[in-house]
Amino acid sequence: MNASAISHTPHAGELERYTFTERVMHWTSGLTYLYCLSTGLAFYSPHLYWLAYLLGGAPTSRFWHPIVGMGFILGTLWMHSLWQRDMEITEVDKRWMNQMQSYITNDEEHTPLSDRFNAGQKIFYWLMFYGALFLLLSGVFLWFPEYIPRQFAWVRGVMILMHEVAALATIGGFIIHVYMGVFMVPYSTAAITTGYVTRGWAWTHHRLWYLRVTGQRNDNV
Amino acid sequence: MANGPLQIKAISGHAGTVPGKNTSSDYDICKLIDVTTCIGCKACEVACLEWNGYPFRETVFDNTYQTMPDTEWNYYNLIRFNEFTDENGNFSWLMRKDQCMHCADPGCLRACPADGAIVQYTNGIVDFQQEHCIGCQYCVTGCPFNIPKFNKETKKVHKCTLCSDRVGAGLEPACIKACPTGCLHFGTKDDMKDLAEKRATQLREHTSHKDAGVYDPPGVSGTHVIYVLHDINNPERYGGLPKDPRVPWMVRIWKGPLKWVGDFAIVAGIIGVAAHYFRFGPKEAEPEPAQKGSDK
Repeated sequence: MNASAISHTPHAGELERYTFTERVMHWTSGLTYLYCLSTGLAFYSPHLYWLAYLLGGAPTSRFWHPIVGMGFILGTLWMHSLWQRDMEITEVDKRWMNQMQSYITNDEEHTPLSDRFNAGQKIFYWLMFYGALFLLLSGVFLWFPEYIPRQFAWVRGVMILMHEVAALATIGGFIIHVYMGVFMVPYSTAAITTGYVTRGWAWTHHRLWYLRVTGQRNDNV
Repeated sequence: MANGPLQIKAISGHAGTVPGKNTSSDYDICKLIDVTTCIGCKACEVACLEWNGYPFRETVFDNTYQTMPDTEWNYYNLIRFNEFTDENGNFSWLMRKDQCMHCADPGCLRACPADGAIVQYTNGIVDFQQEHCIGCQYCVTGCPFNIPKFNKETKKVHKCTLCSDRVGAGLEPACIKACPTGCLHFGTKDDMKDLAEKRATQLREHTSHKDAGVYDPPGVSGTHVIYVLHDINNPERYGGLPKDPRVPWMVRIWKGPLKWVGDFAIVAGIIGVAAHYFRFGPKEAEPEPAQKGSDK
């Protein structure tokens, strides 16, 4: 954005928010989730069955949904290995959650400052992390139901219910996540794609992180 | 209609209306199996294979006369044997022809997400349309009788069609045609129910089977295959016929309240974030303060 034709250094003066690895990891998780969401919604509602036709037909969708789902699981575990520490809920986050109303209503003055991720992002992260685990656990049973012995037939029903509840929970988070990233906080999508944000963006949205990476604050506050 | 008796009244995974929704068949068809006159000859098993064009397969000896442990994707119809000794030490063979029951409220159809993979005709036949099947096997989860069977090679599920192809052409199902003892009957549901009740009454009044009765389970709104049993109080003895079959509650929650809640939540969520955007707008980034950060 600021890197105009006169500058030969891309992103000069900007802050690196996401490394290359983090961006690949995020989009691996995101795109695999999007595929599973689309095919899953096709199986979820007759009114959305056309999504399966769009993606190559319903039998194709049934075949790939669990395989791509494993990609999502791997992406999630990768994310966990990279972001687990950044996602720990801190005292600041608890204050943020109590003050969530001010964040929602754009009352920035009363919104507690955020570190690299704000508490809302962390809630979304943990929702997706545990959602993924539940989707994996139940999904394995839905993937190979023919191997469930007849006396455990009820397991199939329980797993279908678990899969659907977990999926709905992640969809709720996903709607808000996409909304925040695409509409609510401009340049977020660019950040997770290019990896860089302006210093003003960092100062506005993630002040504690900004202060840390610009050397104005010690790591141990 | 061109295919008269085979007009469709319910379609799985279908958005929108169904052609036979407001039509009514003059009669429901029904298969009556009088287990008290079955001799276990398996002519019905052979006839089923022959009509449907499936190969004969190896039988599995399990110390009874049962052909194999269970029905298969290409073996719709199996006589289940049970050697039963009552409290007085009387020994008897219980033989039951096991196949799809063609429920009036089919759990398979309720559970199926694939548009048109399972249909129910106005005459009561529940039929799988394999060309629309996606192989998810939710039908297996929905069925209280353990009937749909998966073909691992083609990833399609199969079951007894009640010879919908024959019935549609005005013929009786192949198994009925082959039965040598008259243990199998085919006709309208009313007639078969009537015949079954008469036979059960006869058994109660003229034989030692004082608990004889007709199996037409109300938990699935009745079936289009009904049994006369010697002992209606213990259907489990007949190779695990469930006493009170119902579409599993998990399936009913999943396809009922959970769907409504889920649909509402997704739509409300999308409307909610849109409304939020119009009300509060985006969080624009402010410029970084010029001086070295004043810690807040």
